[in-house]
Amino acid sequence: MVVNSVHWFRKCLRLHDNPALQEALNGADTVRCVYILDPWFAGAANVGINRWRFLLEALEDLDNSLKKLNSRLFVVRGQPTEVFPRLFKEWNVTRLTFEYDPEPYGKERDGAIIKMAQEFGVEAVIRNSHTLYNLDRIIEMNNNSPPLTFKRFQTIVSRLELPRRPLPPITRQQMDKCHTQIGENHDLLYSIPSLEELGFRTEDLSPAVWRGGESEALDRLNKHLDKKVWVANLEHPRVNTCSLYASPTGLSPYLRFGCLSCRVLYYNLRELYMKLRKRCSPPLSLFGQLLWREFFYTAATNNPNFDRMEGNPICVQIPWDQNPEALAKWAEGRTGFPWIDAIMTQLRQEGWIHHLARHAVACFLTRGDLWISWESGMKVFEELLLDADWSVNAGSWMWLSCSAFFQQFFHCYCPVGFGRRTDPSGDYIRRYIPILKDYPNRYIYEPWNAPESLQKAANCVVGVDYPKPMINHAEGSRLNIERMKQVYQQLSHYRGLSLLASVPTIQEEAEPPMTDESQTSSGPDSPPRDAADGEAAGCSVAPDSSTVCSFSVPPPDLEDRPPCTSSLPRLPSPRSKPSSPSSTSSPSPSPASVAQRRKGIARKARRSQRQRGRPSCPPAARGEEMGEERMEEEEQLEEKMEEEEKMEEEEEATGQQQ
Amino acid sequence: MHMKRMKEGEEGSDGSPSKSPPEACKKVRKMSKELEAVAATESPDGNWARLPQELLLHIFQYLPLLDRAYASQVCRGWNQAFHMPELWRCFEFELNQPASSYLKATHPDLIKQIIKRHSNHLQYVSFKVDSSMESAEAACDILSQLVNCSLKTLGLISTARPSFMEVPKSHFISALTVVFVNSKSLSSLKIDDTPVDDPSLKVLVANNSDTLKLLKMSSCPHVSPAGILCVADQCHGLRELALNYHLLSDELLLALSSEKHVHLEHLRIDVVSENPGQHFHTIKKSSWDAMVRHSPKFNLVMYFFLYEDEFGPFFNEEIPVTHLYFGRSVSKEVLGRVGLHCPRLVELVVCANGLRPLDEELIRIAKHCTQLSAIGLGECEVSCSAFVEFVKMCGRRLSQLSIMEEVLIPDHQYSLDEIHWEVSKHLGRVWFPDMMPTW
Repeated sequence: MVVNSVHWFRKCLRLHDNPALQEALNGADTVRCVYILDPWFAGAANVGINRWRFLLEALEDLDNSLKKLNSRLFVVRGQPTEVFPRLFKEWNVTRLTFEYDPEPYGKERDGAIIKMAQEFGVEAVIRNSHTLYNLDRIIEMNNNSPPLTFKRFQTIVSRLELPRRPLPPITRQQMDKCHTQIGENHDLLYSIPSLEELGFRTEDLSPAVWRGGESEALDRLNKHLDKKVWVANLEHPRVNTCSLYASPTGLSPYLRFGCLSCRVLYYNLRELYMKLRKRCSPPLSLFGQLLWREFFYTAATNNPNFDRMEGNPICVQIPWDQNPEALAKWAEGRTGFPWIDAIMTQLRQEGWIHHLARHAVACFLTRGDLWISWESGMKVFEELLLDADWSVNAGSWMWLSCSAFFQQFFHCYCPVGFGRRTDPSGDYIRRYIPILKDYPNRYIYEPWNAPESLQKAANCVVGVDYPKPMINHAEGSRLNIERMKQVYQQLSHYRGLSLLASVPTIQEEAEPPMTDESQTSSGPDSPPRDAADGEAAGCSVAPDSSTVCSFSVPPPDLEDRPPCTSSLPRLPSPRSKPSSPSSTSSPSPSPASVAQRRKGIARKARRSQRQRGRPSCPPAARGEEMGEERMEEEEQLEEKMEEEEKMEEEEEATGQQQ
Repeated sequence: MHMKRMKEGEEGSDGSPSKSPPEACKKVRKMSKELEAVAATESPDGNWARLPQELLLHIFQYLPLLDRAYASQVCRGWNQAFHMPELWRCFEFELNQPASSYLKATHPDLIKQIIKRHSNHLQYVSFKVDSSMESAEAACDILSQLVNCSLKTLGLISTARPSFMEVPKSHFISALTVVFVNSKSLSSLKIDDTPVDDPSLKVLVANNSDTLKLLKMSSCPHVSPAGILCVADQCHGLRELALNYHLLSDELLLALSSEKHVHLEHLRIDVVSENPGQHFHTIKKSSWDAMVRHSPKFNLVMYFFLYEDEFGPFFNEEIPVTHLYFGRSVSKEVLGRVGLHCPRLVELVVCANGLRPLDEELIRIAKHCTQLSAIGLGECEVSCSAFVEFVKMCGRRLSQLSIMEEVLIPDHQYSLDEIHWEVSKHLGRVWFPDMMPTW
């Protein structure tokens, strides 16, 4: 039977490590690589010109690479559901391949396409290649819900087998076997559109700082690894002024568009580490950014409302303000805080900013100063940020606005001090806000405090040439910390004075499930007290706390309690550990017993590992102390090393099966 | 998981009374058993209308307002139950403009009905308003109609911006005094960020001095030290007080520690700088000493939002502070003084510091602040070995240890990957530094 394959490029715009593409070629008589794009929607979509340019360059590069293999890229205009029936018939397609898209929107779209393919008798082949791990597997290992803390996520990941090894790029030889005649009119029908065709004006467009495409990505990968060797600091590069600028070794946009395979990066880092550290197994922190990406993908994959507050089960409901004017000032870099404005300008001009800079502007927009919803900020990033993945973008915004993932909210980045710490010279500001270039270092982060004479001498009078600060940061952060406290105390039913105790910790994720007895007898668990400083909200009352633990000193209970209130529990008492001044210390095991248990578990784990020949923990071990498992890591290290080779062989084998 | 349930909780918040999980669950279970019993004795189409009133009331207490409203449409009896005074003792008015808030608002018709039929039942009332002045004004309008009720608690809560500050002062004051004059037995009053003033506090005192136990009025710029002193002088039952530093005086502390006065439990002070370089007064050590003598267990919570050069008057002498929050950058020197002069310190949060490590300061704090059980560090630096030493000195009483990862500077003794283990060992539980996504 004749096999006519179509490979559908979407998130993985590359020829290397592309398992779905390999499947398309496998035993096929013809292969066509398509990218589907709807120019009508391009201008309307919330995607800025830099991101479109990056995408078009990536497509250009793909087409060039395919040309070298005597093939071409078919850019088909339209919507997938309309395009495919046409292509199926026209090209007599029998096989459709694409990579697995774990994001809810993509899953829905792909479901429809797979169904359609079935109706046309087309075999659909889907392969996982955009993430390191099978996300469903991670969820399964976490009792069928995505891990909500990064530590928990790391614990699970450390038990998984290593990611599948990357596949080599496709070759001319492979392509020749399924050579497909390219029509005379190919460029007429299937050319890559220009920015103009997509409705963008390009007269004033400055040259791209980040050039899209696989070739560029691989080039950068090499430089990235060289730099790691040269800096000789693999895990924790310290941030300095240079970090703020676009670097020729930066990779994040390339991971986003799949120009670079995350597994290629993973294994390159791993091998480099083992080479430099004499075959020592690398710590998870080596893969920081890759794992964060994976973490947010996992959290989002089954949550279609991951990008909004309403209807999003993991998102704390915070009464954000709606203030379009303030939002516009932030988005356009007119806040009057040079540090914030420089970052937003860099983002708009170049499409990338350092992650600390992201923290700074995200905190400023949300919980730090403006008290505007993270959703608004996320949309601006979605438009401007080259590496904005749907999951990672929404997840990071929730994280930074303390809307999810159990974040402490006490610390707001200062829009003056944080910049100064990061770049004391102020050169970063001068580069992106040239009007401030003549300000001395002392005032460049707070020009409004400069004497008028100095402002005049520097040719930039605040309030005339550069905006006054749009908010009093001290006042704003004072208000906002109270608001956050309000929200979190309501959630945790915590009613003490400590700021740090009001964020509930999810004990399920860190410790073994406690029995009811242990819960009621373990002193410091916060009693299911009523909301917030319940005083005024008097309506909320715990009429009888005799069934719950008692405080050594009863917590202040100044309000008169209405005699007959209470409703169904809205929230099971989160087993948080308040450090309320009146609570006693937790009856935790003595150091000796911890150590003993730790060793015991480690030994058990070691045994089970030997039996299985790999370091992943089977479900049976799941009931044991999660947190302590994590601490065993060091002890397990040597074993891992012993088993490394065996494991890798196994990896290879399973990889090929996939 | 929890979050999910939290969310569901949010959804049910139609101003219904709230939640105390385990007991509520038990009661519901008990109730449902009773219900089953009732149902069992009746014929299959048993007469639900004959459910005893007390039982119905009990059930209704567990229902969110909206469900209660639906239930009230079932029959006359249930409709009567819906209006039972017991169900209207507490109410949270949520006043939000759809254009400026993400949250639902209490329906205007419901508000009208409450004022008409239930205002005399209200005892525990709070208003949550969004950032628009309209919402705050609407809250004032409702307040001024609460003429025939006697409130025990009242809370005015701005969920975003302090919108009560934008309401014309006279309007706000007249609405608030309606409550003060009519209630006569207010025990808890939360009016942070509002334009309350001295004369209205006098009205409060004149009518509620015997019952007032809690007063929160941080950032109320129209109150003077004399105004708050009048409250402290007259309201001897006051146990919890929150205000800004400019209202704090030696006289106030002495008034609060007079013999007639009950023990104070909490005093929260916000130290806020209006403009850079502001000068702050000092409080005598003898006044603090008097407080501690009178109320040995009282908590002193201080939030600082100052510029670094404004800390001069603070921490030069012993101060009985228990919870310290530094919202802005604070110098090494000041933290050094904290280590010397805050023997009662329980919680310390430092949001930012300069570029020099806080090693000696932390160790000094560990040594002198023997009650310290919670610490949070933001934009600071500490060397890993000093941090380990600090944790070792404090040991297990550190129940909250929230340290940003960037704070810890690796040194010859510990790398970042090693420190979590070392600290966990001293704490007796698993600990990790706080992380931010790299993205």
